Amino acid sequence: MSNIKTSTASGTLQAAPAGKEITRRDFLNEITMGALGIAGLGSVAVTYQFFSPNVLFEPSTTFLAGNPDLYPAHSVTFLQDQQVYIVRMPEGFYAVSAVCTHLGCITQWKPDADMVACPCHGSKFRPDGMKIEGPAPRPLPHFAITLTADGELQVDKLQIIKASQVLKV
Amino acid sequence: MATSFQSALQNLRDTKVWKSIFRRGPANTNRTRSLAIFGNLFLHWMPVKVREKSLRVRASYYLGSISFLLFIVLFVTGILLMFYYHPAAPNAYRDMKDLQFVVSNGVFLRNMHRLAAHLMVFAVFWHMFHVFYRGGYKPPHEFNWVVGVVLLLVTLFLSYTGYLLPWDQLAFWAVTVGTNIISAMPFIGNKVRFLLLGGNIVGENALLRFYVLHVVILPLAAFVLIGIHFWRVQKDGGLTVKPKDEDGKE
Repeated sequence: MSNIKTSTASGTLQAAPAGKEITRRDFLNEITMGALGIAGLGSVAVTYQFFSPNVLFEPSTTFLAGNPDLYPAHSVTFLQDQQVYIVRMPEGFYAVSAVCTHLGCITQWKPDADMVACPCHGSKFRPDGMKIEGPAPRPLPHFAITLTADGELQVDKLQIIKASQVLKV
Repeated sequence: MATSFQSALQNLRDTKVWKSIFRRGPANTNRTRSLAIFGNLFLHWMPVKVREKSLRVRASYYLGSISFLLFIVLFVTGILLMFYYHPAAPNAYRDMKDLQFVVSNGVFLRNMHRLAAHLMVFAVFWHMFHVFYRGGYKPPHEFNWVVGVVLLLVTLFLSYTGYLLPWDQLAFWAVTVGTNIISAMPFIGNKVRFLLLGGNIVGENALLRFYVLHVVILPLAAFVLIGIHFWRVQKDGGLTVKPKDEDGKE
């Protein structure tokens, strides 16, 4: 088929090596497959976008935790709605996540044992979030805690800070 | 009495409507019996002939058929439950409680769906072990073995997505833990979790997504795969029968 075409084609085409020549059918096939491929990738992309919600009706990640005087010295206070411990130690305030770093269960503060324990798989942490024993892979993260102009504590759960950073009031 | 019934049946068979649907006479020879299978949409992918040995209890313990029967029970009871269930918070939990305490026979239906689900996971696993120990994964059955493994996964996903729908504490924490396991996947884990939950927490979006997976996408996938699985059993030459069974010794 291609040999017949080559023999009747112009001089430049005859010079092209046999087998490298692209027939009209090949050309159209490739164009079509290419167009379908691009359309397929595009559909995957827009479907992915469709499944990623742009607006979430979830609790705010920044919240006010009240006046510092609410928290006695040497105390760990569990805020149930926010799933955060507000810890007040002599060196200052810090906010520790109450969500276990293992599989996301809510830990519990055990004042008698002076530790935070997870009911699901038995991970144990110190009140500053350091891991005592597993299976949790990481310590409980500390969230950014600041004092607002009105003198209230404010915690931002999206901002993770080092355990050494404490808020002195 | 019997003769009048038979003649009535014969009259029905002679009608133009009957003949337009079935297009054949009584299945009284091997050829017409084969045609009865070939000419029926629901049977045409079943074997026309089977070896008697492959029908023995010990050949399969009917585990595949039991799994399929349980799937049909789940399909029917699940559709009935959908008439009383809203996949939204807080309706979902209340609807589940209504089914238990208010709707006539609701508790029977719900328990049947739940028990059949447990039994189906059990039957599917037993089926897999039985096929494995029979060597049913060996050529020419490799492809059907893989289809079977995918069906096992679909069964487990159906169980898992259905587990969230009562919207109680058990459901909430099971899905919290399960989706945190997903987020342990390298690189894409958190993104997959976000897409599956439709957010960062197990909330209404997650309930709706799991509901759609549970009542549409996964059952549809299961039906298609079950069709391929059954059809392929016949194309691969029927059940794996042990040589011992062929000898009739067992």
